[in-house]
Amino acid sequence: MTNHLLSIAYILASVLFIFSIRGLASPETARRGNVLGIVGMVIAIGATVYSPLVTDYWPVVAAILVGGVIGTYFAIKVKMTSLPQMIAAFNGLGGLSAVFIAVAEILAGSTMLIENVLGLIIGAVAFSGSVIAFAKLQGLMKPKAIVFFGQQALNLILGLAMIALAVLFVMTPNTDYFYILAAVSIVLGFLLVLPIGGADMPVVISVLNAYSGWAAVGIGFSLNNVLLIIVGAIVGASGAILSYIMTKAMNRSLTSVMLGGFGAESHTAALSSHEDKTAKSGSPDDAAFIMENANKVIIVPGYGMAVAQAQHVLKEMGDDLRQKYGVEVKYAIHPVAGRMPGHMNVLLAEANVPYEDVFELEDINREFATADVAYVIGANDVTNPLAKTDASSPIYGMPVLDVGKAKTVFFVKRSLASGYSGVENPLFFADNTIMLYGDAKKVTEEIVSALER
Amino acid sequence: MIDIWMLFTVLMLACFVGYFVVWGVTPALHSPLMSVSNAISGVVIVGALITAGVPEMSEHKVLGLIAVVLASINIFGGFAVSQRMLLMFKKKKAPLKEEKK
Repeated sequence: MTNHLLSIAYILASVLFIFSIRGLASPETARRGNVLGIVGMVIAIGATVYSPLVTDYWPVVAAILVGGVIGTYFAIKVKMTSLPQMIAAFNGLGGLSAVFIAVAEILAGSTMLIENVLGLIIGAVAFSGSVIAFAKLQGLMKPKAIVFFGQQALNLILGLAMIALAVLFVMTPNTDYFYILAAVSIVLGFLLVLPIGGADMPVVISVLNAYSGWAAVGIGFSLNNVLLIIVGAIVGASGAILSYIMTKAMNRSLTSVMLGGFGAESHTAALSSHEDKTAKSGSPDDAAFIMENANKVIIVPGYGMAVAQAQHVLKEMGDDLRQKYGVEVKYAIHPVAGRMPGHMNVLLAEANVPYEDVFELEDINREFATADVAYVIGANDVTNPLAKTDASSPIYGMPVLDVGKAKTVFFVKRSLASGYSGVENPLFFADNTIMLYGDAKKVTEEIVSALER
Repeated sequence: MIDIWMLFTVLMLACFVGYFVVWGVTPALHSPLMSVSNAISGVVIVGALITAGVPEMSEHKVLGLIAVVLASINIFGGFAVSQRMLLMFKKKKAPLKEEKK
């Protein structure tokens, strides 16, 4: 295969990758999009293996197969609720792969020093950051923000050390600097994600996703490979845009998320004025009675639903209400509900909720005023009206779902405890709110059995 | 060898394409977007293949092979999990019995 043919194959693959993302514009074209992505990858790999650049086939093919079997196995086995940690793990592997390529290139005597340094640093940070994100999401580590004295100063020192090492390496191509740089980058990746708490994970995962793309760009420059640059830039843009959407949905800046500590120290301030207010609590039977006599019920799922694996029984509840009692049922999703962008949509889809019934915040928020019931299951901060009224609150300015405008609000929660942000939710004590204490799945199951009685 | 400014041109244009294509993605599919983009970022495998494809055994060939395995986990896993997710996004089958009211 000549170089011309290889270039044509790379152009074709780039176009297919663009179409594969384009396909995700609608659920109807999304599957075709994914298939186009696979075809693009087959072309890219096939063309590279058959080109004169690769002369020793079998070890390479064996390596692809080994990775393929491992990757497919985990992709098939993973539970949909564990998806965020799976994505984090894959991101990390992508980053690590870039690190190995950069090191190999330097060992082979590559003269593209700056480019390899960039691939190395970004890849290493993506790798070790993903390790921490994975550990937090998988529950191997406490998901809370870990903050210690001098953390930001330490990060700054490490960042400066990285720049110094990179400059030293480029000036005096001494590979020792390169290895130290790799180690420092990995440590910095760990430190960057440690102070970021659970509910900020959608941002972190998006940022790491972007890194794995920019690492590919770095490698693309060092190998003089246009395909890597194009694809890396698109993935980098995708991660950057998702991070922007997520931080916007929390009304926070990317720097404040990355500096972390949110929810770690603000807990104490909020716990004060609890005693003088009382929250009404109800039984699942009451909830079933009110909902079956309603005209319109809007269900608001949050991370608590994912933890309790309540999506299937929730869908049953929605179907019963609709089919037995003729109630209009809709689902409302806040962009940062869950632990990664679009997390709730996937879980509802898993439970066979048709996507036409699922609405994003801006599309449904006005409808709460005409709803008889808002059924909030495992969500808290994303419904907190203080975000609109209390300028001193850490969640001030965050767009929230106006569940309080519904005639009756049910909160399925274990306790009155405040959410991740540490801010108490005044809705718990509102006149039209009824708390349903207990496990999200159990409570919903009891409602379903009351509805079917 | 392609001129580095040529590569920068490609990078800039690709950023624009990425920007517009990604904003077109429906928010409901943001999770599949992450896993698909994750899978296609596994295209670094091309770099790994070139590093690993040299005829004689060497340190950097071994590193290249490891990189191939890692990137290929990323690719296969990413596409497989995306397909699993996307298969779940369904339309309403038959119009449900909503006339009862």
